[in-house]
Amino acid sequence: MPYQCIVCVKQVPDTANVTGDAMKADGTVNRGALPAVFNPDDLHALEAALAVRDEHGGSVTAITMGPLGATEVLRECLYRGADRVALVSDRRAAASDTLATSYILAQAVRTVGNFDIVFCGRQAIDGDTAQVGPQMAEKLGLPQITYFEQFIDLSDHQARVRRNVGNGWEVLDVRLPVLVTTLDTANRPRPASARRVMRAKRARAAAEIDREVDAAMKQATDSERQAEKDARVGALRDHGLLIEQYDLDDIHADLKWCGIAGSPTRVHRVQSIVLTKEGFKAVEPTEEGVREMIHELIVDHTLG
Amino acid sequence: MIEPNRQGEVWVFAEQEDEHLSDVSLELCGKARELADRLNVSMGAVLIGWNVRELSYRLIALGADNVYHVHDTRLEHYRTLPYARVMCQLIQKHEPQIVLYGATAQGRDLAPRIASAMRAGLTADCTDLDIGAYTEPKTKTVHENLLLQVRPAFGGNIIATIINCDRWPQMATVREGVMRLNDADPGRRGQIVEEAIEFDDFDLSVKLIERHREKRTVDLKAARTIVAGGAGVANAQDFQLIHELAGAIGGAVGASRGAVDAGYISKEYQVGQTGTTVRPALYIACGVSGAVQHRAGMEESAKIIAINWDKDAPIFGVAHYGIVGDLRKVIPMMIKAIRQKD
Ligand SMILES: Cc1cc2nc3c(=O)[nH]c(=O)nc-3n(C[C@H](O)[C@H](O)[C@H](O)COP(=O)(O)OP(=O)(O)OC[C@H]3O[C@@H](n4cnc5c(N)ncnc54)[C@H](O)[C@@H]3O)c2cc1C
Repeated sequence: MPYQCIVCVKQVPDTANVTGDAMKADGTVNRGALPAVFNPDDLHALEAALAVRDEHGGSVTAITMGPLGATEVLRECLYRGADRVALVSDRRAAASDTLATSYILAQAVRTVGNFDIVFCGRQAIDGDTAQVGPQMAEKLGLPQITYFEQFIDLSDHQARVRRNVGNGWEVLDVRLPVLVTTLDTANRPRPASARRVMRAKRARAAAEIDREVDAAMKQATDSERQAEKDARVGALRDHGLLIEQYDLDDIHADLKWCGIAGSPTRVHRVQSIVLTKEGFKAVEPTEEGVREMIHELIVDHTLG
Repeated sequence: MIEPNRQGEVWVFAEQEDEHLSDVSLELCGKARELADRLNVSMGAVLIGWNVRELSYRLIALGADNVYHVHDTRLEHYRTLPYARVMCQLIQKHEPQIVLYGATAQGRDLAPRIASAMRAGLTADCTDLDIGAYTEPKTKTVHENLLLQVRPAFGGNIIATIINCDRWPQMATVREGVMRLNDADPGRRGQIVEEAIEFDDFDLSVKLIERHREKRTVDLKAARTIVAGGAGVANAQDFQLIHELAGAIGGAVGASRGAVDAGYISKEYQVGQTGTTVRPALYIACGVSGAVQHRAGMEESAKIIAINWDKDAPIFGVAHYGIVGDLRKVIPMMIKAIRQKD
């Protein structure tokens, strides 16, 4: 039986390359100061969904929530084989904690249509909380399989799955629909296909077209610009390259559960920590210096 | 969600597997006891399973005033949905003000499910917990005696304190090893409160077919000396140096996330906020820059040696001995110096 799969992906700041101005005074991340990357675990979630579709038929829809620039990860999904992609972008979603984020994503999943399996990555590298997947499952009224590694069997509305809990593994039977959070050991993500890149690199969300046209046609009148926007959006739609774009109204989100209002947690304060220099000893990188240090450590019984 | 309830208890989810309480649950009892004393309320532990009633005494000895015990064959092995049902019902019934979970595979699966169902806040991987006041910036409303949930925020030397003023319970997960294990007091008195929970078909819809657990292979917490390699080791071959030094000292090998991400060593060896927290007698950091998330897991080591060729690396700020130099040269010198001693 064919399966309709939804994958939630996130564009994250590359925490491996954090620089000094990466944090704002209020403790939130200055995303602009960091290169943005496809959250690594989400690539495995995408691959797991593509593998299900390739074997059983069905479709893969990728969803992301974020600023307009997050369409970059959606194009990446298209390059790797997703059938359909959607961006949820809304200023009112800013400052959402994991609870508000999971609510918004759950609404988006409901909006894009019927589904059998929702795939998330295990966690995102910018917070490592691993909370959004389980919270979405609860909001959608679905069972959750965290640390998903493999479908041992998938037939009709029943799945037998293996999850890896670090110090062991489990096999579980679950009825679909289900939400899984995918481990990086689940699979090896396929690379982008050159043919798909050629085709999908022009894919844009309508708001991106607005921006491009506004920048390119500064001298034009409003109506000329509008005509150009309509033409470009129409052409993309005809080629199946228009990235679906939703705001909170489109997904029927109740604003009281979104953004700051919907976030029970707040950042109270951020501190730069002052490191204690007390009792510090500089050791020369020489045989002599090292020998002396080892000697001291033996004398005070730290070693031996 | 429950309303702020100042008389509410401080709870620990007492995670057990195969009739053993997880280390982190035991550690959390000490912290929860301390927080409860600060707030002048009782401390509770929720113990779920089958044939695990005996474990209640351990929880009481470590500080619990009340152990809420839920006993059902269907709860023998952890499964998300029935465990979440138990926790949500008990939270609604007893309205604890704080609920703490270990940031284990089980805790990280369960706590967010509960947080979502309760529409309550949850902070992951806290490195410290405290009680304090919070003033809302706009309204200047002061909230006294909130749980201050301290967690490193990424991006250098920053520690964020997270609070949840009105959508309770206040919930947090904590990694194993972060809180100190208190001495058990076998003379402490506490109550075992038996609770019965009803399940519906959905709660029981996921079936456990097979289950396998391995003995812990990497036990960094028990090591007296740890030699940790970072991304500065630069390749898998040079990582052998870390193993050699550990071998020479008779210590264990650890790693930063930089080294784990680079594929020099597996994730079980990671020290830090999202790895293991360690307090060995000696910690030797080689080619580790000393990001706050790494330091959170090792800065309480009794002695720290840092080897890094960048004299401004933050790791030197927590080190007792700092060697500014190339680890590929310094480590062999150390191995030699140690061997010459015997
Ligand atoms: C949510 C979150 C959780 C995290 N949790 C953890 C965690 O639990 N543990 C953890 O470790 N990190 C964690 N991190 C990552 C952390 O922020 C750092 O990115 C990581 O610790 C860096 O690893 P590193 O020090 O090995 O690498 P780098 O920062 O790249 O440092 C390498 C160091 O090696 C030095 N060096 C290079 N070559 C040599 C040489 N030949 N000789 C001597 N010195 C040399 C360099 O000067 C540099 O200081 C987390 C990050 C996030 C966002």
